[in-house]
Amino acid sequence: MEVYLDNSATTCVDEEVAKLMYNIMTVDYGNPSSMHNKGFEAEKYLRNARDTFASILKVSEKEIYFTSGGTESDNTAIIGAAMANKRRGNHIITTAIEHPAVHETTDFLSKNGFEITYLPVNEYGCVEPDELKKALKPETILVTIMYVNNEIGSVMPIKEIGEAIKEYNKDIIFHVDAVQAFGKYKIYPYKEKIDLMSISSHKIHGPKGVGVLFVKDKTRINPIVFGGGQQKGMRSGTENVPGIAGMALAAGKLYDRFDEDVRKMYELKEYFVRQIMTLDDVVINGYPDERSAPHVVSVSFEGITKSEVLLHALEEKGIYVSSGSACASNKPAISDTLTAIGVKRELLTSTIRFSFSVYTTVSEIDYTINELQALLPVLRKYRPK
Amino acid sequence: MYKAFLIKYGEIGTKGKNRYLFEDALCRQIRRALKKIDGEFAVSKEQGRIYVEALSEFDYEEAVSALQTVFGILWICPMMQIEDNGFDDLAANAIEYMKKVYGDKPVTFKVKARRARKNYEKNSMEINMDLGERLLEALPNVSVDVHNPDAELNVEIRNKINIYSEFIKGPGGMPVGTNGKATLLLSGGIDSPVAGYMIAKRGVIIDAVYFHAPPYTSDRAKQKVIDLAKEVAVYSGPINLHIVNFTDIQLYIYDQCPHDELTIIMRRYMMKIAEYFAIKEESLGLITGESIGQVASQTMHSLAVTNEVCTLPVMRPLIGFDKQDIIDISQQIGTFETSILPFEDCCTIFVAKHPVTKPNLKAIKRSELKLREKIDEMVKVAIDTTETIWID
Repeated sequence: MEVYLDNSATTCVDEEVAKLMYNIMTVDYGNPSSMHNKGFEAEKYLRNARDTFASILKVSEKEIYFTSGGTESDNTAIIGAAMANKRRGNHIITTAIEHPAVHETTDFLSKNGFEITYLPVNEYGCVEPDELKKALKPETILVTIMYVNNEIGSVMPIKEIGEAIKEYNKDIIFHVDAVQAFGKYKIYPYKEKIDLMSISSHKIHGPKGVGVLFVKDKTRINPIVFGGGQQKGMRSGTENVPGIAGMALAAGKLYDRFDEDVRKMYELKEYFVRQIMTLDDVVINGYPDERSAPHVVSVSFEGITKSEVLLHALEEKGIYVSSGSACASNKPAISDTLTAIGVKRELLTSTIRFSFSVYTTVSEIDYTINELQALLPVLRKYRPK
Repeated sequence: MYKAFLIKYGEIGTKGKNRYLFEDALCRQIRRALKKIDGEFAVSKEQGRIYVEALSEFDYEEAVSALQTVFGILWICPMMQIEDNGFDDLAANAIEYMKKVYGDKPVTFKVKARRARKNYEKNSMEINMDLGERLLEALPNVSVDVHNPDAELNVEIRNKINIYSEFIKGPGGMPVGTNGKATLLLSGGIDSPVAGYMIAKRGVIIDAVYFHAPPYTSDRAKQKVIDLAKEVAVYSGPINLHIVNFTDIQLYIYDQCPHDELTIIMRRYMMKIAEYFAIKEESLGLITGESIGQVASQTMHSLAVTNEVCTLPVMRPLIGFDKQDIIDISQQIGTFETSILPFEDCCTIFVAKHPVTKPNLKAIKRSELKLREKIDEMVKVAIDTTETIWID
């Protein structure tokens, strides 16, 4: 039995999406910048995709830009906003639990003359709006905060934060990394005072290598990729037409049955949490219920000194999970998120992330729990003394 | 300009009546290395020398790099190769050669001619003198120094005429295939690939054994070892890699034996299993990357206790090396980057905080008695389930 519980790392591509992309790659393969009809056909896919995202987010299609994915969207938003606004100030606010695509980017800016404030989070992995209010100052030009944390699924009070920022100074740009949140929460940037927002395709059953950056009209931001001037010069480079069309189709399908799917994932999550709590010595990190995202559960297993071993033991049973965050698990680095929410030191390396999709089933969860029940005593017995 | 190489070899020259075996092996290894690059080459052995001639277009840098992976080669001399169109033509080409190689830098030289074809219009002494004169006339930047020249311009009169003066260092050693086979205990670390390289350099064919312990070690750790074997195989030629699943044996030792003896007992069983494959594949010895005192299992006492299980000789080419010396070689041969990838290997997963550093053979054997109920069967299963990969 194959049980894929690593949907925060990536998801399977929807079959219809794959078919559409195949057709675009082999038939409608024109360059959208070409003058001829073949190019125009390709351009239509871009227009449609832009319309899809505009209507989903309730924004103008002029505010939708396509990138190579979440990382590029984050980089463009943060570096682009910092560069365009450096004359007004050099202060940037972020959190201690951002994804490396944000964290490494603010690190880069801090080495280039910008001052970065890292907001702490509470034990559930959430930023307190009061902490933000304390950090705002006249030099602040940008606030970048994730919507949903990728390791524990905690949700930030984005609307409250957005309002606090704009109340302090409406010129401060608010960027939200919504890579884990898009498709799980209905996000309307205007309502939540978001100026820039990053979305990734492969977390929502779309292809890898493509994403969206929402840029609210009149937001001061510079491009970071230069070339042929595509997408109004904001993001040069021939558009990834099959990827963009595939992503838009995946997003559209998601929104067709949004509430139903989210409800289903919450039910799965609740079931999973209930079952896993029947095992001995497990701790759930963050909120175990509807106060956190519907698709992520972070679990620490006491007495498992290395979560990779449990990961590989589960892999032998066909169960795929992640230790901490997938992006960080190739290096033995300790997770910033788990440290920030105050996970006990000995549990930092004992943590596994389970993440679901609408395709996850109850019987897959039962199978996983059964295998865990069998594996844990063995793995707890054999460890370095 | 270069169309051919003269290959100079070292120790082979001293091998008496077996010499042809060594030369043939070297030719085979050169052909193998050149097969991996674009272009067609003829490798020939003639009067105690090996020539590589390009039969098609080829990339010079690529060819030199390929030749530098062949053990047994001491020097690689890129040659200008011309038809015999008389002495004037030879002189013109020699002038051209000197211009291209040395430009207008001041350089001292002497001509060293050799005739394999004795019917050439001049004898060797005459060529030396007359060609030297032509070069002096044509090139203002050169002068003659017969005792200690910067450039020794070699001119070989054969069916064609070869002109060379440059010597590019080869790896030395002896051609692989001239000295039997040995089985390398390959881990994912820095040392064992270097040990394999060093023994292969003495002409030995390499077989390898890797122990993995899923789920304690991952498929990526296994891939890393396969990659390392590929990197060693660039020099050693194909490697037969045996991948042994060691988990059950390891856990059984963990259950039955004192924890501080786990590593040493584990290593004794690794040696036993490696020796099984060595004998099966007709290897004449085992190779490890051990170096005295590097870790607890490599103290003199530990080495003696580990060695005790083997009847085949265990070769430890790094035994007297400092870690930095080993790292230097691994960087030079290109295995270092792979070796330092952070995947756990099975030696470190259960390692005790304070493992024994001076194990006593009698005590270890006493501990091993606790394994007698199941261990033979487990070793058999480990051997039977071993996966073998041919790496080239």
